[in-house]
Amino acid sequence: MTAERAAHTPALVGQPAGAAAAVPSRPGRSSVDRNRPAVLSQVLLTLVLLVFLAPFVWMLATALKPAAEVFSTPPKLFGSELRFQNFAEAWSYVPFGRYMANGLLVSVLGTLLVCVTSVLAAYAFARLPFRGREPLFLLYLVTLMVPQEVMIVPMFILMQELGWVNSYQALILPWAFSAFGTFLLRQFFLSIPKELEEAALVDGANRMHILVRVILPIARPAVAVLAVFTFINYWNSFLWPLIITNSADLFTVPVGLNGFLGQQGSQWHLLMAASTISMVPTVIMVLLLQRHLVRGIAMSGLGGR
Amino acid sequence: MSVIAPPPAATERGPEVQVDHLAGRKRRSWAPLGFLAPSGTGFLIFTLIPIVGSIVLAFFYWPILGEHRFTGLSNFTTLLTDDPVFYRALLNTTIFVVLYVPINFIVALGIALWISPRIRGRGVYRVLFFLPAVTPIVANALVFRLLLQPKGLVDSALTSWFGAAPTNFLGGQASAMACVVALAVWQGFGYNMLVFSAGLDSINPNLYEAADIDGASRIRQFFSITIPMLSPSMFFAAVMTLITSFQVFSEPYILTGGGPGVATQTMVMYMYQKGFQFYQLGMASAISTVLLLIIVLVTALQFLGQKRWVHYDG
Repeated sequence: MTAERAAHTPALVGQPAGAAAAVPSRPGRSSVDRNRPAVLSQVLLTLVLLVFLAPFVWMLATALKPAAEVFSTPPKLFGSELRFQNFAEAWSYVPFGRYMANGLLVSVLGTLLVCVTSVLAAYAFARLPFRGREPLFLLYLVTLMVPQEVMIVPMFILMQELGWVNSYQALILPWAFSAFGTFLLRQFFLSIPKELEEAALVDGANRMHILVRVILPIARPAVAVLAVFTFINYWNSFLWPLIITNSADLFTVPVGLNGFLGQQGSQWHLLMAASTISMVPTVIMVLLLQRHLVRGIAMSGLGGR
Repeated sequence: MSVIAPPPAATERGPEVQVDHLAGRKRRSWAPLGFLAPSGTGFLIFTLIPIVGSIVLAFFYWPILGEHRFTGLSNFTTLLTDDPVFYRALLNTTIFVVLYVPINFIVALGIALWISPRIRGRGVYRVLFFLPAVTPIVANALVFRLLLQPKGLVDSALTSWFGAAPTNFLGGQASAMACVVALAVWQGFGYNMLVFSAGLDSINPNLYEAADIDGASRIRQFFSITIPMLSPSMFFAAVMTLITSFQVFSEPYILTGGGPGVATQTMVMYMYQKGFQFYQLGMASAISTVLLLIIVLVTALQFLGQKRWVHYDG
């Protein structure tokens, strides 16, 4: 990606921090000093980046080593051979395929549910006047401040009462109705000019039709950001699946990795192979979103996570 | 378009006419209810009830199996008067927050500034620095555990190339906490980096040009333009980072297991232990209620203090 293209991406749509209108900082401005290509700066930054990424490199290198060469003094990046079969071995050593399938099922269904319910509710909050709308929205907002961790114990008891302990619905439903998605999309919908809908209303279109045909096409980037980060949150979630699942049939990937660690602390080459595999879906997600990353983070208010 | 459909016409035709607006004429529509029902039902069951429940539960003796009974404040008095581990967890969490939040900020702001428009391929750098923020925390923590354990990469590099004595970084009281903070910063600063990047990109370059003409130094420009213009983003990032950092769990759970001893035991770890290893759900709720109180207090303080340093007039 060139500097010029990157400079155009951060057009801030509804940034919660209240940033000023986006002014693309184009390269090639008058001040010579400010725009001189910074070769030294770039080289140093690249070195910092390489050190920063070293843990990933070491993970991959270890995943390819023979078991006996994981801990060597002095350290070596490559073992005596590159054992790609470590990945297959890790896959069958624990039911890792099952964990991946569980994770994908839970993440995809959860993401769909979050997106559909949030789109509907956000539209009601943004466009449909009804009695008690503002207080209800305020209630949604306030709950955003309460961390998941605080709700874990009552949520567990709720699952006990429903008979859902150790079930897929317990992995999906409890976190599919947070106010976050509704809040994010409402902010975006409010930024869409009302005139677009009013024309359709005059033509006799109903609200659902307008939402699907007029609003959603415009809101696609916002929904995409919500979908990607919801997927990532489900995929990476650890504490809740750790508590609510008790059979390997239902383990998601992080719980599976944790079990792998407890079961075979010494099989680091397999553990690193499994860790590598576990990162693939989220990395793909971020690469898909790459162009919208800066804007998406600013827009969705995901900072600090 | 607004000429074709002026607001009154739209209201007349719109099915969701609010009762108040048309004094007496009852043409209330069910459309808002239909749109809200799926989210609202789930929100009631899976958000509101658990939030109220978490506070109610804290006043109960509530074992995972068996009869529960109301015990008033006794969970809290036990925690505050008779539980040294709770105090240690509170202290450890505080130490973590005090170390993690400023380091996270400095690194995030530093890298965001460094990836200036003068750097080629900014998007690539941003994505790569952001990568650990989206890879599973458990996997990240496992990698750090491999790097930091005795004979791991860090230890063996130091001993074989620099002649250092073999060290178990995860086994020392202070060094274990340092490792947890290092892991958390490594994987956590990416979000704030992107928030700051968006903020920096939206600063009008004319401001700097004007300052150049006035002869203001780079350092002066940083403190008089960059920081004030960035302050709304920084305030927002500070609120979010503080809230999430009090909830630290996975990093110490995988990296150190809370050890050595209870040196890296955090509040959420202790809540997990009380609730799901010792099966005292009421006690666990009391711990999370204390956590919630602390988070509300700290967030309220930040909102009170924002007037002093946040500029919204950019």
